[in-house]
Amino acid sequence: MSDVTIKGLTISLGMGAAQKKILNEVGFSVASGESFGLVGESGSGKSTILRCFARLLTFWSGEISIAGRPVDQIPAAEYCRLVQMVFQDPYGSLHPRQSIKTALQEPLRIHRLDRQQERMEKALIDVGLNGSFLSRYPHELSGGQRQRVAIARALILEPSVLLLDEPTSALDVSVQAEVLNLLNEIRRTRKLTYLFVSHDLAVIDYMCERLAVMQSGSIVEIMNRTELCKGGAKHPYARQLIDSSIEYDRVA
Amino acid sequence: MTIKSLYGTENMSNARVSPWFSGPLKGLGAVLKRLSSDPSSCFGLAVVVILVLCAILAPWIATHDPNLVDLPNALRSPDAANWFGTDELGRDIYSRIVHGTRITLSIITLVSIVVGPVGLLVGTTAGYFGGWCDTVMMRITDIFLSFPGLILSLAFVAALGAGLENAIIAIALTSWPPIARLARAETLTFRSADYISASRMQGASSIRIITKSIMPMCLPSVLVRITLSMATVILTAAGLGFLGLGAQPPLPEWGAMIATGRRYMLDSWWLVAFPGAAILIVSLAFNLLGDGLRDALDPKQR
Repeated sequence: MSDVTIKGLTISLGMGAAQKKILNEVGFSVASGESFGLVGESGSGKSTILRCFARLLTFWSGEISIAGRPVDQIPAAEYCRLVQMVFQDPYGSLHPRQSIKTALQEPLRIHRLDRQQERMEKALIDVGLNGSFLSRYPHELSGGQRQRVAIARALILEPSVLLLDEPTSALDVSVQAEVLNLLNEIRRTRKLTYLFVSHDLAVIDYMCERLAVMQSGSIVEIMNRTELCKGGAKHPYARQLIDSSIEYDRVA
Repeated sequence: MTIKSLYGTENMSNARVSPWFSGPLKGLGAVLKRLSSDPSSCFGLAVVVILVLCAILAPWIATHDPNLVDLPNALRSPDAANWFGTDELGRDIYSRIVHGTRITLSIITLVSIVVGPVGLLVGTTAGYFGGWCDTVMMRITDIFLSFPGLILSLAFVAALGAGLENAIIAIALTSWPPIARLARAETLTFRSADYISASRMQGASSIRIITKSIMPMCLPSVLVRITLSMATVILTAAGLGFLGLGAQPPLPEWGAMIATGRRYMLDSWWLVAFPGAAILIVSLAFNLLGDGLRDALDPKQR
C-alpha cells in the first residue's frame, strides 16, 4: 500500500519582510497505484511540492503521509526505498565523473543489497538498455539514454512512489514518447504510484488519471482525465490554461 | 536562468574533462599530449622531469661529494673540473645543486601531500554544509590568508625552531587556505546540482556525498592550484633557507647556499648565480606546468 496524502502543505522562503510563500495550504491525495499530475505555469510551486515530498526541503509545515505514516517519521534508510525521484534535466542529474555502473551501484552499496551485478543489469534491461551500458559515462549517452539511466537508478531501490519532475521536458518529441511509454509500462508492471509534474497538458493527459492545476502556490482545481478532455474545468484559470494549450496545439 | 546556464557550462566542462576520468591511463596520455603541444608547458614539464631525475640519480650525476671540504680549491671560478665553480669551503657547487634537488623536491612533495587533502577537506566540508560550519571554517581560513605567507612561516619556524622539518610544517600551514577557498567555491557551484540531490535521495550520508560526489569534481582545479602554488612553496623554502630558518648549513639547500654565498658575491658571482638560477628555473617551470595543466584539465579558464 502506498497511497499518498498531502494536507495543508505550506512553505515560505526568505526572512522577515522579504518572506514569500511558495506553497499555500496545498492538499490532495493519491490512491495507491494511481498517477497524479501537477500542472501550472513556471513558478507555481509544482516542483516544490515534489522537493518537499522528497525531503530535499525540510522546513515545510503541514502533513505529507504515505500509507497513513507521516513522512518525517519514516527513517531515512527506509524512506529511500519507498520514494524515489526522477529529475527534469538528464544532463544535470547524473554525476558527470561517475560511470553508469558507479551511479547504479551507489544505492546498492549504501543499502547493502545482495546480487548487485544482477540487479544493475536487470535495472538497465527494464528501462530498455542493456548491461553493456554499465561501463559507459554520462557524456557518452544521448539525452534519452541518460534519462533512462536516471529512471533505472530511481527504480533500483524498488520504491513504491516515484516522483517525476518534468522527466521529459528536456527531451525531443520522439524520445519523449519513448520515455513516457516506458514510464507507463513500469507503472503497470510494478504497480507504482506516480506524482507527475509537467507544464505540458498533453503529457499529463497521456500519463495521469487525475490532475491538479496550480497557480501561484495553491491548487485551484483537481479534476480527472475525462473532465480534462471534455473541457469540464470549472475554475477560470484552469479553463484558460487548458484553452491556451489547445490553442497552441492548433497553431502548431 | 542562472541554474540553466550553470548546467550549460557544466556540460561543456564534463564533455571535455571526462576523458581524464574515463580511463586513468588513457586519460593521463591525453593530458600529457595536450601539455606537450604547448611549448611553455612542455618546458615546464621537461624541467620538472629533469628535477625528479636529478633527485633520484643525484649520487651518479654529481661529480663530487657535495659536503667534501677542499680548502685549497675554495672559491674557484667555473672550469672543466668544477662546472659551476666551488664555494668558500671548496665544495663543488654543481654537485651541491644536484643534491639540493632532493631537498627541494621533498619539501614540495611533503607540502603538497599535507596541503592538498587538508585544503580539499576544509573547503568541501564548509561549502557543502554551509551555515555556521561554513562561517567558522572560512573565518579561520581568512585569518590564515590575511598574513603574508613568508611572514607567517617565519613566525611558525621561530616558534617551532629552525630546521628543514619545521620549515615544511610551517610552509604547509600557510599554503592550505587558498586551496580551501578554491574547493569551497567549486563546491558551492555543485552542491545544489540534481546529482547531489539524487545521491541524497538514495540515502548517501554527507561524508559519502562529499568524498564520492563533490571531491572528484573539485580535484582538477585543486590539482592545478597545487601545481601553481609549488612555485611559491619553493620560493618560501628558499627564503626561509636564506634567512637561516630552513635547512641548516651542511645541507645543500639552494636558499641557504645563496645566503652563505652572499658575502663573496662581488668577487665570486657563481656562488649566488647558480643556486639562484636553479630556484628561478624550477619555480618558473612549476608556474608554466600549472598553467598548462589548467588548460588541459580545467576548460572553464579558456
